[in-house]
Formats: sequence, C-alpha cells, structure tokens
Amino acid sequence: MADGGWISRWPVIRQLKGEDGRRDAARSARTDALRPRTEEADTVARSVCPYCAVGCGQLVYVKDGKVSQIEGDPGSPISRGRLCPKGSASKQLVTHPGRQTQVLYRRPYGTEWERLDLETAMDMIADRVVRTRRETWQETHEGKEVRRTLGIAGLGGATLDNEENYLMKKLYTALGAIQVENQARI
Amino acid sequence: MAECHPVGFQWVMEARLRGAKVFHIDPRFSRTSAVADRYLPIRAGSDIVLLGALINHVLSNELYFREYVLAYTNAATLVSKRFQDTEDLDGLFSGFDPETHRYDPSSWAYEGDEESEAEAAGADSYGARGAGASARPPSDPTLRHPRCVLQILKRHFARYTPEMVDELCGIPPEDFAELAEAITANSGRERTTAWVYSVGWTQHSVGAQYIRASAILQLLLGNMGRPGGGIMALRGHASIQGSTDIPTLFNLLPGYIAMPHAHRHEDLAHYLEMEGADTGYWGNRRSYLVSLLKSWWGDAATEDNDFCFDYLPRLTGDHGHYATVMGQIDGTVKGYFVIGENPAVGSANGKAQRLGLANLDWLVVRDLTLVETATFWKDGPELETGELRTGDIATEVFFLPAASHVEKEGTFTNTQRLLQWREKALDPLGECRSDLWFYYHLGKRIRQRLGDDEIDRPARELTWDYPEMGEHRDPSAEAVLREINGTGPDGRALSSYRELAPDGSTRCGCWIYCGVYADEVNQAARREPGSRQSWVAPEWGWAWPANRRILYNRASADPDGRPWSERKAYIWWDAEKGEWTGHDVPDFDLRKPPDYEPPDGARAEAALAGTDPFIMQSDGKGWLYVPSGLSDGPLPAHYEPHESPVLNTLYGRQSNPARRTYDRPENPYNPPGSARFPYVFTTSRLTEHHTAGAMSRSLAYLAELQPELFCEVSPQLAAEVGLVNGGWATIVTSRTAIEARVLVTERVRPLRVQRQIIHQVVMPYHWGYGGGGLVTGDIVNDLLPVVLDPNVYIQESKAGTCAVLPGRRPRGQALLDLIEEYRHG
Repeated sequence: MADGGWISRWPVIRQLKGEDGRRDAARSARTDALRPRTEEADTVARSVCPYCAVGCGQLVYVKDGKVSQIEGDPGSPISRGRLCPKGSASKQLVTHPGRQTQVLYRRPYGTEWERLDLETAMDMIADRVVRTRRETWQETHEGKEVRRTLGIAGLGGATLDNEENYLMKKLYTALGAIQVENQARI
Repeated sequence: MAECHPVGFQWVMEARLRGAKVFHIDPRFSRTSAVADRYLPIRAGSDIVLLGALINHVLSNELYFREYVLAYTNAATLVSKRFQDTEDLDGLFSGFDPETHRYDPSSWAYEGDEESEAEAAGADSYGARGAGASARPPSDPTLRHPRCVLQILKRHFARYTPEMVDELCGIPPEDFAELAEAITANSGRERTTAWVYSVGWTQHSVGAQYIRASAILQLLLGNMGRPGGGIMALRGHASIQGSTDIPTLFNLLPGYIAMPHAHRHEDLAHYLEMEGADTGYWGNRRSYLVSLLKSWWGDAATEDNDFCFDYLPRLTGDHGHYATVMGQIDGTVKGYFVIGENPAVGSANGKAQRLGLANLDWLVVRDLTLVETATFWKDGPELETGELRTGDIATEVFFLPAASHVEKEGTFTNTQRLLQWREKALDPLGECRSDLWFYYHLGKRIRQRLGDDEIDRPARELTWDYPEMGEHRDPSAEAVLREINGTGPDGRALSSYRELAPDGSTRCGCWIYCGVYADEVNQAARREPGSRQSWVAPEWGWAWPANRRILYNRASADPDGRPWSERKAYIWWDAEKGEWTGHDVPDFDLRKPPDYEPPDGARAEAALAGTDPFIMQSDGKGWLYVPSGLSDGPLPAHYEPHESPVLNTLYGRQSNPARRTYDRPENPYNPPGSARFPYVFTTSRLTEHHTAGAMSRSLAYLAELQPELFCEVSPQLAAEVGLVNGGWATIVTSRTAIEARVLVTERVRPLRVQRQIIHQVVMPYHWGYGGGGLVTGDIVNDLLPVVLDPNVYIQESKAGTCAVLPGRRPRGQALLDLIEEYRHG
C-alpha cells in the first residue's frame, strides 16, 4: 500500500494517479478488514456438485446449523476449485425459500393441497403399494411364469445416489415391479 | 461442452494451449463454438453421414492404424455368407421382417456362428452388453477376403462421400477436408484424437448407431484405450452414470446384468447359457449374478433353489419409460413413484405424460420443490385448453419433500465412472428426507404388511437390515455401499470382482463396483489433492472397475507390450517383473504376458490372448462390425429422423426401419414430407439452467441470468417468417404450439442442403409453468413426438420438424384449433 496520509491512501485518489484499479489500488481499510464467512464456519463438509456429471468438488460450510457458503474444492483434480454458474449458485439450491419442507396431499378430485404428517403419508403409501400390487399381480403371461405387477411403476432422476438407486431397484424387484426407469434412459 | 460442462471444458482449453485443434460440430452456435478452432454447423440428424464419410476417407486412403487394427479389432474376421448389407438391399440389412419391423440378426453372425442362439436384440433382451460370438472365429490377416470385416466396411461406407456430406449435412467439401485431415494427422503412434458427445448424438431414432459410427472411426485410427483418445459421453446429471451402473432401468440388474425374460429364460442354468458367450470377462457372469442374488436374499438363496433366481420378475418386452406412460393412459399402471424427476416438463410429448399422470390411482412425487409433475392437476396446460378439469382428475397425489445433496451422504458416479463420496453437512429441514430413508422405511412398512402368501416371499425374505442413525433413523449409506461392494465367506469386504465365486460363497450387490470398499475402507471418500499426486490422480475417489481411469488400456501398448510411442506411454509389459505396469491400473490380467495363447477349451478371461485388449468382448477385439447385440444392423447406416424435411438420398429407406413408433391419438406425428412443417427443430441447454429446470428456475441468481424462454433464428428466417428481435414467435408441431421470445442472430446459419436452404430452430428446454420457478415459460419438450431408438428406447429429441409463426400462441380452444389446422391443413 502506498505511503503517506489517509487521503493519499484513498483508493479513488490512487486510481486517479494511475494505479491499476483492479489490483491493490482497489483496496481500502474497510476491504482489508473484511473476512470471508468461510473462516467462521463451524464445520466444512467435502461434497460434490449436484448438477452436471463432471463431478466438481465442493466444500460446504455450515454456521449455526445453516449452510453459510458453498465453494469449489481446490484439491479436486477434476475441477481444481472451480465451479460454473450453477455450482456457484448451489447454496441457493439448498437454502432458497421455495424449497418444500412439508408433506402435501391431494385427495382424488381435490382442488387444493392438504397437509399430512410424514408418518401418516408413509403408512398410506405402503398401504397403496400392497393393495395395488395384490390387485394387479400377474403370475403368468402368455403361458409363461412372470410373477410381477404392471400396476406399479417408478421413474427416478439422475441425481440420486448410488446407494439410493440400489435400495430402489432391490425393493421394486422383490415386489415384482418391473417398470423401474430413470432419466438415464431419457 | 463449454455450455453444459464448463468446468470439464477447462481441460479442452488446456489441451488447446498445448497445441490441440478443437472442432465443434453442432447445429447450434454455443459457447463451445466461440472458443473452438473451427465451428462446423451441421443439419440436426445427419451425423452418421459425416462420420461415415470420415470412415470412408480413412479406409479408401489407407489411413487406418494398420498394426492396431489388425491386432486389436475384428477387421480380419470373416462374416457369414448369409449376410447382406444395405448395399445389397437398398438400405436394409438381411433379416428384416416388414410385418414386425424387427430384424432376425442370425445372418449377421461371424462365419461358423450362424446356428448359435441369436435373437433380435433391443433393450428388453440383451441389456447393455450384447450377446457373444466365437472367441476364435475364422479370419484373414491379409484383410483381403471379400467377407472379412474390413472389406465389408469398405463397401458399406463407399457411398459416404464428401459430396454426400455437402448434400445431407450442409458441410461444404473444403470444411470436410480440413476435419478429415486433422483427425488423421492427429492419430497413430505419436498422437491421439478424442471425440466428445452428449445427447445430441444419442437422442435420435438411430442414436445408438451414431455412437457405433464414432467407435468404428476411433478403432480404425487406433484411438481407443489410449491417453488422449476415446469417445467421451458427457453425461448431463451428477450421477446419471451411476443410475446406469446400479440401474433403476427396467432391463438391467446392477452391473449390466440383463433382467430375465419370460420367453427366453427358464431357470438359472438356462439364463446363463442364453445370456452371452463363455469367453471374455462375461464368461464369469454366474459369479456376478449369484453374488447379487446372495446379496439380496442372503441365507434364503441356496444352490438347491437356484439362489432365488425365480424371485426375479420376468420381462416380456418393452417396459421402458414411454411404454409405461402409454400404460398409464390405458389404465394398466395404477401407482407411480416419481423421484427427483419431472417428466411433465422433461420428457418428450409432455401432454401424453400429463394425461398419464391424470389417469393414475395414486402418485408419489419426491423433490426439493413442487415440480410440475406434482401440480399438473392444479396448473397443467391441459386445464387451460379444457382437455382436463381438476374436479375430474381422480389421481391421489402425495408430495414428499426431499433432502438436498448436502443433507445426506452417499456417492455420485460422474461422467468418467468416478465414484465420489459426499459427506453430510447438516440435517435436512422439516419433513425433508433422503430417498435412501424413504425407500428403506417404505420397505420396512411394506414388509410389515405382508402375509404368508407365496407372492410375498421375495419381499419377505429380502435382506433389509441396515444400521439406523440419528434422530430420523436414517439407514447407513456406508452400510449400503459396503453391501454393493460385497463380502467374502469370512464376512469381510471384498477387494476385487476377481474374488467373486459362482458357488454362493460371496455376496456382491454390483460386481463392477466391487473394490469400492476394499480393506473395509470407503475408497470413494479418498481425497488426496490433485497437486500431490500424478496426472492420472488415482487417489481421488474410486473409478469402476478396479479404480481404472482409462478402460481397455492394454491397447495403449503394442502387441508385444511396448508403448506405441514414448509420448503416448500409459500401460506396458514389464518382462523382468512379469507383469503389466504404468501410470494407471492395467485393465488386463496383471500377469498375462503379451505372448499368451489360450489353450483349447479355455473359458472366461483365460480364453483371451495376451494381445486381446477388449476383455469384455467374447473375442477380446474391438468390434468394427457387430455380429450380435444390436437391433437395427451390424453397421451404422444413415436414416433420416422420423420427422425430416429432407429426402434420404443414400438409400431407398427414409427412416430407421426398426425404429419404435407409437401411433396413438396422444402422439400424432407431423405428416412425412409435409410442407406445413418446413423447419428443422432441435432442443438444447444453457449454462445457467439445468435440464427441466427444477434445480435452476427457483434460484434467484440463475433465474436472473436466463429469465426467459427464447428461440434463436437467423436474420434470413426472421425475414421469411416476419419475426422481430425481442418479439414473440410461436413454434408449431402436431403435438402442440408454444411461444418464445425471438433472438435474431447471425450465429444461426441457414444450411444449403439438397440445393435448398434449410433453417434450423434451436430452443433450450428449461422452462415450465410452475415448479416453484421464479421464471416460467412454455414447455419445449411438449413439441416432441415419442419415437424411439430400437436398441435403447431413447426418444428422438434432437431432430424434428416444426412451423414458425410470428406473435404469441393462441390460448384455450383456439390453441387446439391451430394444431388441428396444421395437422390436417
């Protein structure tokens, strides 16, 4: 930083004198005192960007039980700390106000959403799976054993974890549901 | 790539700084075009003409890498006398049945294999790997026999000329020559060329054959299994590769093992006999499948009961996504789970999707926001047109909020097959839960409701015990990953798929992932910084299989095991140590010497020679010609998209004769050759948004950066139609009409095709009517028909036809009237 009194250190003066405003001459006492909020995080989790399949490393900073920042992980040999506009905005993905946090239910022919607690919803869904499976069970098809249901189908996105896909396929298959599909086909 | 995989694209820019020449071939001028050395606009749907002409150029000028081709591909193999090419049958291969629109591929076989079991492949029969062929078929190493693969290739591709590229792709001969010169000059011992593609190649009614064409070119040029070579599928979602490896796909079990088929498979022994050859690594398929069955049914799976093979439900045909939607409309599908997916916006022919949703008994949607698939009954476009009424829709809808990627732990598999473990940063809010939680607890509840009935036995006896953690009793994702990895007779984690046994003594949930938990350590969680390891970076995450970063890397050395050149050294044979070594994990038997010759009767990997790098193939060769496993031909042939304004001048067949169509009222097609739909239409993505928009439209930063749906048109098209920059355009197909802002730009170049000017309309498809989006817009995928590639049942999203009108689209009944007018004139 330039020598002299506070006026001569004022960024505007320094830039008018010809110093490069994109470098040190942009700094003021206030900006020097600013600290990144990542420094104050309680914890940092090593994560991976959830958008495209490049798999950029992310560092997820948490302060007071909330995500305070998501940064690129400089250690990643794939991304070297960089993130694209989507990856850079992913803190908003996990904190934006449009995220739903409650179970909603629309009854047949209903015109509005209703509230339902999670436990009730889980029981109702389990009941429907068991009932529909039983009602649509096929032991044979064209004289061949098939032991399946065509009454229950599933479609998953491709941001599911491997472990999630594994349990899904395992459960559906054991129930005889075969129309199990994923974005990976589409 | 710069547009949709920007951070990956930094490596292309690095390569360019080091002298690589970058060509961008795309109907759309994007951020990639802006920084490429050469941008070649191409007519959507014509890429096989271009690739075929490059193959022809390489073959007719003898520019192929002869030593590589001779040793590592099936160029010398002789094909059956019964095989007839598209050259003989004007665009058909032998074996076509015009009644069923399917091929009987038995005549495509290698000589001597004709009598073996061959059935028209397709997603419902062979899964991803294809059937087998002989390990040592008859061959002619001089490559002169008229029925050897190389000669068949020469004849097949002879009509793919630069003139045809000019006529069908709109790429002039001088541009073609520059591309052909660049790829051949940059292939061989000292140099390699890579091809990178995305859904612009796959989403066609002949999509699998686009990739095949690229594979032929890369094999001929010796660019497979070598550093800087390859064919890179840039996949669009964080774990779409994982969703294929551990598939939630109807035709596959984990690790690309085909689901059993009612008409093809009786019991385990019969299944194993029918599903491929005994040579190459698929020869071990009993070990892979039995270990999976043991993993799922544990002690209930015994040798006496075929390891519960009968517990697997049977397929009888196409049970893919679009067949499922038609089943919903027809009333056979009653209940539907949609998990982190938004078919009401993201799938082709959105109206058919929503009509299907409206005809269910019950629907479960799990997502971060209220996506359109959850709210179609409240705000879908069919309500505005009067085709649906909320009060008439009987579907019971459950919306369950999901945990985000930072609120759960688990692995993604990225586009290079790399598994990366994500640590959990914090608990999810409110009633948000992971999908792992949902399926585990749903499974528990369902099992509690089952009785003694025989049909309940597979679910009752399923292994379903995972440690529960925390306040929400989340199942342990690490325990699931460890089950995927597999365990030995001692209960310890296995370290390699080579340890899997055929007798039921090992368990493994996905054989290609075996080793991800080697030494009881979560290898996917490894995070040695890139700066502290080699350029291959083997200690960051874990790549399947066996942490190999380049597949088939035996091909990076010559037949004697020496690097093709110092510059391109990667894996080589160390004669002193008697093993393969190099920068990566060898994708080969570590101690199999280059001069190994298999004894008679050898099976599995032992049946492959020391010079056979393509170890998953039954003959260890890269297949220039595919004798079985494809449903629309052993070689790629150019067919026009189902909807095209251009005549196929290569053959007397306009479109892929084996493509799958759905002739139903919900899915009308533009009439062939109709002058009412004169423009080529294709869809695309933008950096600032993600697929159907559920993960981007609701983010303020991204919504502000790209606030509105638009169509890019050339000044010539704007003048022809009367479009004004910043104004509105209406795009019409037989499915619907949508409106978009107009961006008039010279980036879009009209193409001269068959002596006429073809205009292309390119639209990003990220918008929808709701979904918690801060920005909304019409659904571009609503314009698309459902017409499918016959191998993998992917839809043709990337090439169709449309009409363009100035101004906004009509509303209500008037919209339906407009579509009727266009369909029937």
